[in-house]
Amino acid sequence: MKFLKFFLIVIILFPLSSINAEENDKRNKITKNLRCLICQGQSVYDSDSEFANSLKIVVDKKLQEGLSEDQIYEYFKIKYGEWILYDPGLNKNTYILWLLPILIFLIGGAIIYKSFIVKK
Amino acid sequence: MKNKILPFSVIIIFGIIFFIFYKGLEDSKIYTPDVNTKKEIPVFNTKEFFSGENVKSSRIFEVDKVYLLNIWSSWCVPCRQEHPLLMNLNLENKLNIIGMNYKDNLKNAENFLKELGNPYKEIFIDLDGTIAIEWGAYGVPESFLIYNNEIIKKYIGPINQELVDEINLLIK
Repeated sequence: MKFLKFFLIVIILFPLSSINAEENDKRNKITKNLRCLICQGQSVYDSDSEFANSLKIVVDKKLQEGLSEDQIYEYFKIKYGEWILYDPGLNKNTYILWLLPILIFLIGGAIIYKSFIVKK
Repeated sequence: MKNKILPFSVIIIFGIIFFIFYKGLEDSKIYTPDVNTKKEIPVFNTKEFFSGENVKSSRIFEVDKVYLLNIWSSWCVPCRQEHPLLMNLNLENKLNIIGMNYKDNLKNAENFLKELGNPYKEIFIDLDGTIAIEWGAYGVPESFLIYNNEIIKKYIGPINQELVDEINLLIK
């Protein structure tokens, strides 16, 4: 009897979790990297605003059309600007953002090297 | 001498950082997409509001005419505010106002137009909000000034008298 119950639960749960799992993963990944413009500070994935819901439909459509992740980001970048992406690429507006941590790390390393290692 | 340079430079660096953050406080934290860049209007298929027939965007927007695309909805409160101004703009007859009904109940939308008047030369519907995204819009109301299939200017939020004057200046 116990086995039967277990078997039933497995049968009920299994198909639900595996259908379209791959496409959903991709869609979730993309919508998590898109910023909602209505409720700023939330991703499209987290938001339930009218705008975010429509955006999810568009992402689904673009995926069905066979666009890649980067192509979809490019599409939204043209429509709304770089700001819509949580993970901006390296360009003339964002190079400080990308290079500053490396620069600080190098300067810090140089100071530590000078004051501790050279002194010895 | 060496002892004096270090505290001095630390103070200067902190001063600069403080200044940058202090200036940053004054900036608006709400991002709005660029409204001035010229863009080609998107191509899409939709349905006509009254008849429900399929229409192509190329049939709605002709070359060499000035259009104002207005995204509206009966549930949108600011749309009610700007509606009389759209009615006036239509009376002046300088440009064609096209309506895009955004995520609306068609009955409510028809009642909205009965109550406040219909300034639109043509209305098409966007049931799931995907056409608005093609236009780069993210809410209602939004308006686009269009000439030669190009977006000249985008207005986010309701139109007011100041913007009507600006539109009149632009289309002269």
